[in-house]
Amino acid sequence: MSGRRAPSPEGLLAILVIALAMSPARAHVQAGEAAGFFSGFRHPVSGLDHVLAMVSVGLWGAQLGAPAVWLLPVVFPMVMAFGGFLGLAGVPLPGVEVAIALSAVLLGLAVAREARPPLALAAALVGFFAIFHGHAHGTELPAGQSGLLYSIGFVVATGLLHLTGIAIGLVHRWAWGRVALRVAGALVAIAGSGFLWKAIR
Amino acid sequence: MRTRLPGAGTWTFFAALLISGRADAHLVTTGLGPAYDGIGHLLLTPEDLVPILALALFAGLRGASAGRLALFVLPLAWLAGGLAGLNLGRATAAPVPALSFILLGLLVAADVKFPDGAVAGLAGAVGLVHGFLNGPALAGAGPGALGLLGIAAVAFAVVALAAALVVSLKAPAARIAVRVAGSWIAAIGLLLLGWTFRTRGAIPTVPGMLVP
Repeated sequence: MSGRRAPSPEGLLAILVIALAMSPARAHVQAGEAAGFFSGFRHPVSGLDHVLAMVSVGLWGAQLGAPAVWLLPVVFPMVMAFGGFLGLAGVPLPGVEVAIALSAVLLGLAVAREARPPLALAAALVGFFAIFHGHAHGTELPAGQSGLLYSIGFVVATGLLHLTGIAIGLVHRWAWGRVALRVAGALVAIAGSGFLWKAIR
Repeated sequence: MRTRLPGAGTWTFFAALLISGRADAHLVTTGLGPAYDGIGHLLLTPEDLVPILALALFAGLRGASAGRLALFVLPLAWLAGGLAGLNLGRATAAPVPALSFILLGLLVAADVKFPDGAVAGLAGAVGLVHGFLNGPALAGAGPGALGLLGIAAVAFAVVALAAALVVSLKAPAARIAVRVAGSWIAAIGLLLLGWTFRTRGAIPTVPGMLVP
């Protein structure tokens, strides 16, 4: 193998530049892909009322333990997406802002009281409010961006907010953690009351 | 001490810099040939890639034998559907990707207990439909039949990796994480369906469709 020469760095660079310089064919041109993903990702975290409600879902799930800890975060994105579908399709829903604020109040209270209703009732409560959260997002989706990439960013951000709540909720195993979670729930409920006051005023 | 003159590689490098074309983002064409264009198409087209991933997750949840069936049935069906689409297909406004996301995502989220044959049938249906929809774009301005081969190869690799990963998961929490991923996929499909309604009359979201 002594006759073989290693390729020179310049030669490799030349190959790289030539490869990058290839003229593209005009098939499958897509536009606004990255912007679509990032604006979708940003949307759920852009409003504090949404953030508090979604993190509270994770906190409550962590307090309730299995199977609620995974059932609630499964229910919320799917039902929220259904609400988003309604908003996108132009189906009106009354009192969206009030319901979103109310969700923060009630979910905060559930965490503060460490409420343990039947699983179906907890899922129904979370699902009911998820429709309003989704509807609000659906009606606010900006035009001119990739619908799919926007949706992916949107759902991933929502799911990560729930996971954040669940991760914080892991402190529930310690006595001080249980107290801290209840205090956090009370703070969410207080903030939700402020949003509710603004929504109905 | 003699100064070393730049080699041919250096001159080629600078010459190549001078001929660089304009940068166009988000084009699937790789410039490396039709098979690579097919590979690039699938990797950069979530409308096709996510349903394959969802199917692989579902097949993995159903076990190794179902995963093996999906591994071979999906790429072959994609190839068959694509070949049919190359000759017969035309772009459609039907929200096929959204419906695939919803159906496959729900199956994963609910961990529906399908027999192996049904998983293979599902893989065949997904491959045929999505492959058929790829056909018109590949025939019109894309890489043609060789591109289909690239797509089928990536589909094979994605199913092999994802299904094998899921089959290997034994901890209940890990399997639940897969089901949560399924719920996310279904949620994305629902939003995409709503988006299709909203943009009805504008450009429909169909894999591989040419955008003017």
